[in-house]
Amino acid sequence: MTDGRRVGIDAGSTTWKAVVIEGDGRVVASRVEAAEPRVEAQTRRVLDELLGPAAGPRPPLGATGYGRRRVPDATTRITEIAAHAGGAARVVPDARFVLDVGGQDAKAIRLGPGGRAVEFAMNDRCAAGTGRFLENALARLHLDWADLERTVGAAARPARISSTCAVFAETEIVGLLADGVPVSEVVRGLVEALAERLAALLAQVRPDGPITATGGVARNRALLEAIAARVGWPVRAAPEPQLVGALGAAWAAGR
Amino acid sequence: MTVWRRARHLLEARLAGPAVLAVQSRRRLAKLARKPAAPPFGPPLRASVALRGLMERYYLEGRTADGARPVAWITSGAPVEVLRPLGYYVVYPENHAAICGARHAAQAACEAAERAGYSRSLCSYARTDLGTLFSRTTPVGRVPKPDLLVCCTNICQTVAGWYRALAHELRVPLVVVDTPFLQGGERPHDRTYVRRQIEGLAEAAERAARRPLRLAALEETLGRSQETAALWGECLEQGRRRPAPWFGLESFLYMGPMVILRGTPEAIRFYRALLAELRERAERGVAGVEGERVRLLWDNLPIWSELRRLSDLLGRFGANLVAATYTHAWSDCADLMQPGDPFDALARTYLSVLLNRDLATRARDLAAMARRFRADGVLFHADRSCKPYSLGQHGLREKLAREHGVPGVVIEADHSDPRDVAWEATANRLEAFLEGFAPGSGR
Repeated sequence: MTDGRRVGIDAGSTTWKAVVIEGDGRVVASRVEAAEPRVEAQTRRVLDELLGPAAGPRPPLGATGYGRRRVPDATTRITEIAAHAGGAARVVPDARFVLDVGGQDAKAIRLGPGGRAVEFAMNDRCAAGTGRFLENALARLHLDWADLERTVGAAARPARISSTCAVFAETEIVGLLADGVPVSEVVRGLVEALAERLAALLAQVRPDGPITATGGVARNRALLEAIAARVGWPVRAAPEPQLVGALGAAWAAGR
Repeated sequence: MTVWRRARHLLEARLAGPAVLAVQSRRRLAKLARKPAAPPFGPPLRASVALRGLMERYYLEGRTADGARPVAWITSGAPVEVLRPLGYYVVYPENHAAICGARHAAQAACEAAERAGYSRSLCSYARTDLGTLFSRTTPVGRVPKPDLLVCCTNICQTVAGWYRALAHELRVPLVVVDTPFLQGGERPHDRTYVRRQIEGLAEAAERAARRPLRLAALEETLGRSQETAALWGECLEQGRRRPAPWFGLESFLYMGPMVILRGTPEAIRFYRALLAELRERAERGVAGVEGERVRLLWDNLPIWSELRRLSDLLGRFGANLVAATYTHAWSDCADLMQPGDPFDALARTYLSVLLNRDLATRARDLAAMARRFRADGVLFHADRSCKPYSLGQHGLREKLAREHGVPGVVIEADHSDPRDVAWEATANRLEAFLEGFAPGSGR
């Protein structure tokens, strides 16, 4: 075992992420998988693959995400807010505001010294304004995440989608398609509706500088631009945005 | 009221019942003495046995009350003092609904009300109350039928519709005491307006009880309410100690007698004993949460169905709730219940309750509470069922954080309907907030 090595796992509602870092913070291995129903089994299997079969002491393990309590042998467990705050501060040293859009929730975080979350806001208890909202809507349109950017780019204007409720938006989509609205305009409408919701979330932490976006949804540039247009500050994706939570958990494990 | 019913009520509620409960209480006290503390929480309060006995006796008395004595159903913030001297047994549907919530019986009751056509957007206390009426199922055995319904709009406007529905279902007279919302302070005509209605309530209560109300007896009852509120306030003051000698979530349970038994000698006896025990614990340095690290305030009603999980979560972070706007609302009235002119005192008291006052007053009171109790943060429960209490909480949170440096978090849940509580999301938000005070504690 290399000295100072540690592992971070982000057992999220949609995807399961892991990183292995060295003492100097270098990422030496990482993994992103669809979340399996059994967090324990998935963790054991992937750790065996990343670190080799367990014999002798394992490096410190930090866990975050909704499944964090079910990650076996975790030495530290922290919420996603602390994990994304800590992780973002490592990969973007001057980050002061973080927007994490996860599978089932979204968080806006104001960072303090040392990457601590000093203030945060989360979406309310439904899935409106989260990754799941887009995922459901895209599935209804037979589109993939990879198609999102191209489709949005092809739209002349956004269709008006008033509900960010993951269920009601789908009903609206059916109606729009029936009225002959092009798919690209519907998708752009979805992105705009989501951006509106996320901008309102961000406003709760009163951003007065650039925003670092984390989580899988941050890979979508069209969405980030739509948010930036609303909040008046650039919104930039963190490097490897999907791994930021796991990275924050790994750093927390080493403290 | 038949002789037979009165005899049965006397036998069950006054003789046999209390005797059985007294034996049970002795057993429970002995058991409590042997029970080890459950860290990080301090040893259980001996008063918990008295509390349980008192509540059990109250509900036992209710089972046989109708037909034996006058019965009224009443909102928590209504002037009960005019009913007690007339011999009323008083049912508090809100307290009953809270018990249903804590015993996980609220959902079935709410569903029964929804099947009868009541909207899910209606307060879950109202739905629980109506639902238990329709389904005739309650964890307290039986709730007696009323002769009179009394509702006071100082806690919300929902009660006006709720009690009208009860009046319709039960075909009994309803008295509504309408309290104008206090924007800033009280205006002279506010008090006159409320006073006249309370006098009207007294007349209606006399008619239903077929007895005249003696002014001296009303004064005596008011004096007892005042003493109960003052004692309750002293109990809550103990939370100012560091560490606080009791776990604040428990205070939601201990306020029960203040609500349903104020104006009675039993309530006074209970709070004297509780206060003595809390003072004794405070002097010995006993902590409600051992190694108290975080001192929090709570705003709004509790989440009755989640008291256990919430306790565990707070305990993991060494966090105690040292004060709550909800429990303190019941001690604030002590100063207003002055003797002399009981109807005037009642009008002042019931006009000035927390939820009948504007946001500026609430913000000021909350900031003062944070200072007095040396609070590190505030948990705002945005209660789906209680709109008047939840309205403005985001603003209160921001004001407190910016102007007084006390951070807060808003959690969304419901006081009674578990279908409106997403525990994982709530816990996640709470943990993230608590991590800010005690990093790495949420294992």
